[in-house]
Amino acid sequence: MDSLIQVQDLVKVYSLGEVEVQALRSVSLLVERGEFVAIMGASGSGKSTFMNILGFLDRPTSGQYLLEGINGENLSRDELAEIRNRKIGFVFQGFNLLSRTSALENVELPLVYAGTPTSKRKEMAQKALSEVNLNGREHHHPSQLSGGEQQRVAIARALVNQPSILLADEPTGNLDSKTSEEIMGIFQRLNREMGITIIMITHEPDIAAFAKRNILFKDGSIVDDHKNSAPTLATRGESRK
Amino acid sequence: MTRLFASLRIALRALMVNKMRSALTMLGIIIGVGAVIAMIAVGSGAKSVIAERIASMGSNMLIVMSGSSTSGGFRFGSGTVPTLTVDDAKAILSEIPSVKYVAPTLPGVAQVVYGNQNWSTSIQGTTPEMLDIREWPVASGRSFTQQDLDGATKVCLLGMTVVENLFGGIDPVGQIVRIKKVPFTVIGVLGQKGQASFGQDQDDTIFVPLTTAQKRLFGMQFPGMVRTITVQARGPEVMGEVEEEINAVLRQRHRIQPNQENDFTVRNLTEIMSTAQETASVMSLLLGAIASISLMVGGIGIMNIMLVSVTERTREIGIRIAVGAKGRDILLQFLIESLVLSLIGGILGIAIGVAGTLILSSVTQWPTLFSMQAILLAFLFSGSVGVFFGFYPARKASMLNPIEALRYE
Repeated sequence: MDSLIQVQDLVKVYSLGEVEVQALRSVSLLVERGEFVAIMGASGSGKSTFMNILGFLDRPTSGQYLLEGINGENLSRDELAEIRNRKIGFVFQGFNLLSRTSALENVELPLVYAGTPTSKRKEMAQKALSEVNLNGREHHHPSQLSGGEQQRVAIARALVNQPSILLADEPTGNLDSKTSEEIMGIFQRLNREMGITIIMITHEPDIAAFAKRNILFKDGSIVDDHKNSAPTLATRGESRK
Repeated sequence: MTRLFASLRIALRALMVNKMRSALTMLGIIIGVGAVIAMIAVGSGAKSVIAERIASMGSNMLIVMSGSSTSGGFRFGSGTVPTLTVDDAKAILSEIPSVKYVAPTLPGVAQVVYGNQNWSTSIQGTTPEMLDIREWPVASGRSFTQQDLDGATKVCLLGMTVVENLFGGIDPVGQIVRIKKVPFTVIGVLGQKGQASFGQDQDDTIFVPLTTAQKRLFGMQFPGMVRTITVQARGPEVMGEVEEEINAVLRQRHRIQPNQENDFTVRNLTEIMSTAQETASVMSLLLGAIASISLMVGGIGIMNIMLVSVTERTREIGIRIAVGAKGRDILLQFLIESLVLSLIGGILGIAIGVAGTLILSSVTQWPTLFSMQAILLAFLFSGSVGVFFGFYPARKASMLNPIEALRYE
């Protein structure tokens, strides 16, 4: 069976006026189903560019990227949007929730664009929220939730469409260490119990230690890629209430 | 359908968040639609009043006026020199088949006295056909008859204004009034006609038999003299034909050489009136056009605010695109927003336009007329303004790059 993610000789070049910036220089990578990968690297190392391409938010300059065998190269903007909607869940550093919109409605958002009927939508969103231990918070707005809770809403939103892969860009960047561990606990549980594949960007080694595989980016290339034989076990957010 | 409903909810919520801004944006449309409604109402009101007046004057009507003769190099205006006779009128009726009625008239102005009241009014010596031509009913009493004409009896029909000024509350029928000191018996009262176009009061008049006017009130410079002959054609389509034939008949009767000018004038009243009506139409079109400009300005206001809104919500748009919103989802969301703005503005504008017009017409006494068609048109127009001016911002939103949008602070 093919790998979930197949990346071959991926190159991304940004041209900033006269200057050309090589964000990615021939990156190749395979990620299997059920992996929990942490991508590390200094800022400017190309890890965010890489994530954007993995998330079909950006297109590579050259090279190939397949997600479940799908090549986004010749797909239209709308077709890419559909793939993002069905196969990819995003978790961002800044949570990126819609303000003035309840937690439940935030989680429903991908389903709205998938065309799921309203009643089904509510049910699925509810389930995703309980997956991240947010029962009873459905009707709170982001401003009424703590940072950790907001990030959990974002995770529920990423999960609600039962995606093939969860892409997390610095998910703990805005959180304290206690809350960070809580989020990592949720990731580990989702990975272990539901077999969800997670790729997470972080620049904190402590956070990367929760993942099963660590990849290091430097100057647009992968300089290190090793299995984490003994990931840190999160003691928080582990079990569902 | 689910998506459309969801888009509608998203749009409504976004508008509710910025209530003040939404209200001010709508104000542009409200004023625009209100102005269009009010202007069209005023315009069509004016038009309908003119149409009413045309009808009240009598339809398919031509007036032959005597005069316009030259005397020693001076040319006089029409009606100044009497040239028409009762026989001319009879000839017009008998020789032109398309003529339905003729009413030769000898008008004048005189003082009318009843008891201690007196009133100066226009006296028209005419035949009973005048009432048929002008479709003028007798409200009480009777009209005069051929016997009255033959005998030049001293009877008269009073217009409403004359009745009000002379009689107050008394029933005038059977009373005696003095016209130029000659006693006349009031045999009837004419129904109310109201104002003619150009404002003269049609009810401020007295009708007497033509012969009576000729013999007892105004005198004749030659037998059978009249000043005007009112002619009614059988239909609007023969008006031109009748006008030409009247010219021919009268030129022959008056023995006017081919190189001489007419000693009479034929006026086509319907034509004059329809010109007035056309003027009103152009006027109302102009008013509507000016009002439409304010609607356009309102539309630009919508575009402006939608552009601001798109910029402000760049991040939101980024999130939506990232989780799978397609271009048309975003386009629809913002398009619905501007459509809702403009349609709510349109509805409020209709309400304000109608209310404003009612107030205007009650204060200024201007005639106004609402048509469902105009209201519907204004509503649809405001909707299309919303779509037209909302499209560019919505399209801009749908084309945003999600990575940049997500990074937007």
